[in-house]
Amino acid sequence: MTASFCAPLRLEQISIALAGRELLAVDATISSGEVLTVMGPSGSGKSTLLAYIAGFLDREFTASGGVWLGERDLLSLPAEQRNIGLLFQDPLLFPHLSVGGNLRFGLPRYLKDKRQQVTQALEQVGLAGFESRDPATLSGGQQSRVALMRLLLSKPRAVLLDEPFSKLDTALRQEMRTLVFSQLREAGLPALLVTHDHEDANAAEGPVIELG
Amino acid sequence: MPNKRNSLGATIAVAMLAFSLPVMANPDPSDWQSVVAEAEGQTVYWNAWGGDTRTNRYIDWVAEQMQAQYGVDVEHVKLDDTGSAVARVLAEKQAGNHTEGSIDLIWINGENFAAMRESDLLFGPFAESLPHFALTNAADNPEVVTDFTLPTEGYESPWGKAQITFFYDSAQTETPPQNMQALLAWANANPGQFSYPRIPDFTGSTFLKQALIELTDQEEALYQPVSESDFEAVTEPLWAYLDALHPHLWRSGRTFPDSGPNLRTLMSDGELSLAFSFYPTDAAVAVMEYELPESVRSYVLEGGTLGNVHFVAIPYNSPHKAGAMVLANFLLSPEAQAQKQSLAMWGDRSVLDIDQLDAETQTLFEQGDRHPSELPADALSNTLPEPHPSWMTALQNAWLERYGVN
Amino acid sequence: MLRLAPALIIALLVLPVGAGLMMVLLPAFGYLPALGGYGASLAPWQMLFAQPGLGRSVVVSFASGLVSTAVALVIVALFLAASRGTWLDRGIRRLVSPLLAIPHAAIAFGFAFLIAPSGLVARLISPSLTGWESPPDALIINDPWGFSLMAGLVLKEVPFLLLMSLAALPQLAPEKRLLLARSLGYSPTIGWLKTVLPSLYPLIRLPVYAVIAYATSVVDMALILGPKLPPTLSVSILSWFNDPDISHRFMASAAAVLQLGVTVAALLCWWLLEQLIRILTRRWLINGSRQRGEIILRIVGRSALLFSSITALAALVGLGLFSLAGFWRFPEVLPQMLTLDHWQRSGSMLVTPLVNTALIGLVSTALATVLVLATLENEHRQHIQPKRALWLLYLPLLVPQIAFLFGLIVAAESLGIRPQLGLVIAGHLLFVLPYVYLSLAETYRQLDPRWLKVARSLGVSRSSAFWRVRLPLLLAPLLTAFAVGLAVSIGQYLPTQLLGAGRVTTVTTEAVALASGSNRRLIGVWALVQAGLPLIGFMLALGLPRLLGTHRRDLAT
Repeated sequence: MTASFCAPLRLEQISIALAGRELLAVDATISSGEVLTVMGPSGSGKSTLLAYIAGFLDREFTASGGVWLGERDLLSLPAEQRNIGLLFQDPLLFPHLSVGGNLRFGLPRYLKDKRQQVTQALEQVGLAGFESRDPATLSGGQQSRVALMRLLLSKPRAVLLDEPFSKLDTALRQEMRTLVFSQLREAGLPALLVTHDHEDANAAEGPVIELG
Repeated sequence: MPNKRNSLGATIAVAMLAFSLPVMANPDPSDWQSVVAEAEGQTVYWNAWGGDTRTNRYIDWVAEQMQAQYGVDVEHVKLDDTGSAVARVLAEKQAGNHTEGSIDLIWINGENFAAMRESDLLFGPFAESLPHFALTNAADNPEVVTDFTLPTEGYESPWGKAQITFFYDSAQTETPPQNMQALLAWANANPGQFSYPRIPDFTGSTFLKQALIELTDQEEALYQPVSESDFEAVTEPLWAYLDALHPHLWRSGRTFPDSGPNLRTLMSDGELSLAFSFYPTDAAVAVMEYELPESVRSYVLEGGTLGNVHFVAIPYNSPHKAGAMVLANFLLSPEAQAQKQSLAMWGDRSVLDIDQLDAETQTLFEQGDRHPSELPADALSNTLPEPHPSWMTALQNAWLERYGVN
Repeated sequence: MLRLAPALIIALLVLPVGAGLMMVLLPAFGYLPALGGYGASLAPWQMLFAQPGLGRSVVVSFASGLVSTAVALVIVALFLAASRGTWLDRGIRRLVSPLLAIPHAAIAFGFAFLIAPSGLVARLISPSLTGWESPPDALIINDPWGFSLMAGLVLKEVPFLLLMSLAALPQLAPEKRLLLARSLGYSPTIGWLKTVLPSLYPLIRLPVYAVIAYATSVVDMALILGPKLPPTLSVSILSWFNDPDISHRFMASAAAVLQLGVTVAALLCWWLLEQLIRILTRRWLINGSRQRGEIILRIVGRSALLFSSITALAALVGLGLFSLAGFWRFPEVLPQMLTLDHWQRSGSMLVTPLVNTALIGLVSTALATVLVLATLENEHRQHIQPKRALWLLYLPLLVPQIAFLFGLIVAAESLGIRPQLGLVIAGHLLFVLPYVYLSLAETYRQLDPRWLKVARSLGVSRSSAFWRVRLPLLLAPLLTAFAVGLAVSIGQYLPTQLLGAGRVTTVTTEAVALASGSNRRLIGVWALVQAGLPLIGFMLALGLPRLLGTHRRDLAT
């Protein structure tokens, strides 16, 4: 299967500080289909890196450095225009929408065959026929899969992962890792993974940056 | 057998005692010393209209004096409408509460008095036995014993006099109207500058009566019960007049001010330039309190305006009749009447026959320099007596039917 | 002993309301032996429907309840959607509690002074913009369809709904949801409306219903701002109950039942509206539109609430100006002279009402707080999750006061309880209890259970843990809940007026008694006092922890 190609994500001399004390400094380029893993103990500010890139950095932090997606300067854009997908520990499926509704939420406004896309996406992760289910009735693993597809359906240009596997039980974890990374590779998305679990880094098969 | 006769006698004695007890419970006004003695330490709930702060201020002063001089605690229960007090006594009577009523004294007159008399809700007669009553010189001043054509028969005691007085802002209008027709013409020329309180407010209702007296050609019918005349025929000119007047009133007659004091507030805001009140000194006091501009002047219509005496009455089931009577008597004292009349306090006129008082007491009533906004001294001689109380309710109902929904 | 607390609360809330309704329902159909009504009859209803203007009264009551609530809800929702994280958000949050604390009557007075033809706004723009030398003859306040009443209601409802929403938001993780939505390309306002609001609404549904119930049956605001010919249904009921003609008493009971019907109909209508909106927005939620309407919604969201808050503040300023005004001719913007006369003259008359207000407020709120703490502690120990109970708690707030208070009086009289201070306190307790519970419940439950576990493991008994660990940790929220209860008590009009039979005077009853016509300057004095009292309560709530030295950074504020 030929993978798609996306512009690389460039993190240029990023430095994030809190109250004058520098938390982290990163300079890296993530090419299409590659996963950069950032590792460090809790409190080392790994999540702030994701927040900075996505555009949600808390006021109390000071940050500098550039973020580029191909030719686009992301820092000049508001968060909703950056096309960067997020995957959290909690799947965060919207409880007021059905599974199908959650997936549609990620789709753009004007698309011809939304229903088709939703069905296909569910089939891809082995959840065929789950369109009208209430997310609360799904297991943790199933929810994570739906969250992943919702993310992919929105056609992001890069993906940020904030310890997405830590809440799953060990048996499920490996399965999800395989699924997530293969999907990302196939879509050709540059991805940044933040975690404290070495197994995650291994499965990502990409460069690793150690913090703190 | 002696035992049976003794027990029978005892039973009869107890029964007589039991039956005579309620009679003993009511204080006898002719034995004034014992009344005052009984009153000491009582709490008298005086239900009186509370819509004007000056009145409330005066009543507060009365309460202070009563506590100091007689040891009686007077509580002013502020009423929106005297009718609610009447309703309460009636409800208490029907619930069988004949001795523990919640009202001890009511500020009352007119149709409310008539209603209470009719339902036997009042204690009396007591008024004419009050020591200070003689000062009113009832023989020469029949209005202190007549309430809207009904004789009071001692069931209520007078305490103040009111007369409809008009006032206007002389800076806005130079020739105020002197009678009803002139008022209509004036309203035409000055739209939105005059109004009267919404019925069933008593000041507003009095305006209706004032207009009716002037406009109808069957004036005598007004002093008889309304059932004895053709209501439609008598009042027809009034409704025709009001139909013509309302479009030129404040807010085009779509809404009316809430009460008499409201008229004053509206004039203060510049919305009205002509208004009226029950108290001849109202305008002057308002100027003194920065409510009205100094250009305000008072006057009385050339044909005379309605005036009445207001009274206080004691419900039959009051548990503090002695205290209530002492209060009613105090209200009639020269000290209280003079204080009430002073512009700094309220300005309500006295019911005492001042000329009959001794020289020293008369000085209490001296007013000092006349306030420019006050009514000229001679203007109050032209007082029209109030119609029969049944007309008030009939007029109110008819007005509400015609104009109650806009 | 603690186990009795919930049962006690339910009894305290449900019994009076039930008894009151019963004692109003019976006379409505002609049965009230004390007043000579012995048989079932429809005469009261016939009399009621013969009253001129009844239809209009009902329509105004019904409409003003629904419209004002809808407007307030929209304002609050748009504000939350448009202002997350901005300085506006933070500023407004500080303003909300004090605004909420100001009693309805004070806001109504101030608002009336603002928009009256001779009020502040007219003075500001005259004669420069309008050429008016004397006030225009325009029916703004007391307009026949109740628009000024609706506006006044909105001013008070917005802070309340905002506070309820802010209290409910934390459990939804709104930040994360918004984050997700934005990462999927949704602009912030639209994103919030699509992802947070649908989950927020069910949590504030009960407060919304309480607001509707209040707005359809409010008396004090309607007396000040509402139409007069005819007045709203609740005002008419009040005057009919006070009428000397006894047959009017039966008609008034029938009208009270009608009022209950109007309120229930309004709630039903709202529920239908909810369902309709749910159906209509189903598509919109997932149709993927991300930008459409963002700008408009953001502008309206930020400005509407700001505008309503500024209006409320301006109303207070207006009250202050009037209370100090000497003669003030239209169209001057400021009074020609300022004087302290009005304050001085009112000084002595303020004493008794102030004392009464404080006494009633403190006692009823203290009782309520004790009961609520007992119930919450009992819940905690028994591990109960109360869901149904919440509806019962809201009962006194959902049933119109005017519908059951009169019945309550009759019930009390037949039990031989005379109108007196104690009865008034009991009446206030009825309305203070729900608010204290609502203010305290969430924080109480969310207190980290590990604190108590640590305490117990250190050998401390359960009740000791309560007194020495839980209470100190919750001091600030407790004081805030107390301040809320106090504010509710201070603002009560009908319960004091009716249960005290006019003998118990509070600042609110005095202020409303002045409404019909007295000197605006005096109203200004009284309304400001009425508005200021709850603020004192809140300042104490905020300041006491600092004073007692228990103000530490990590404690919940």
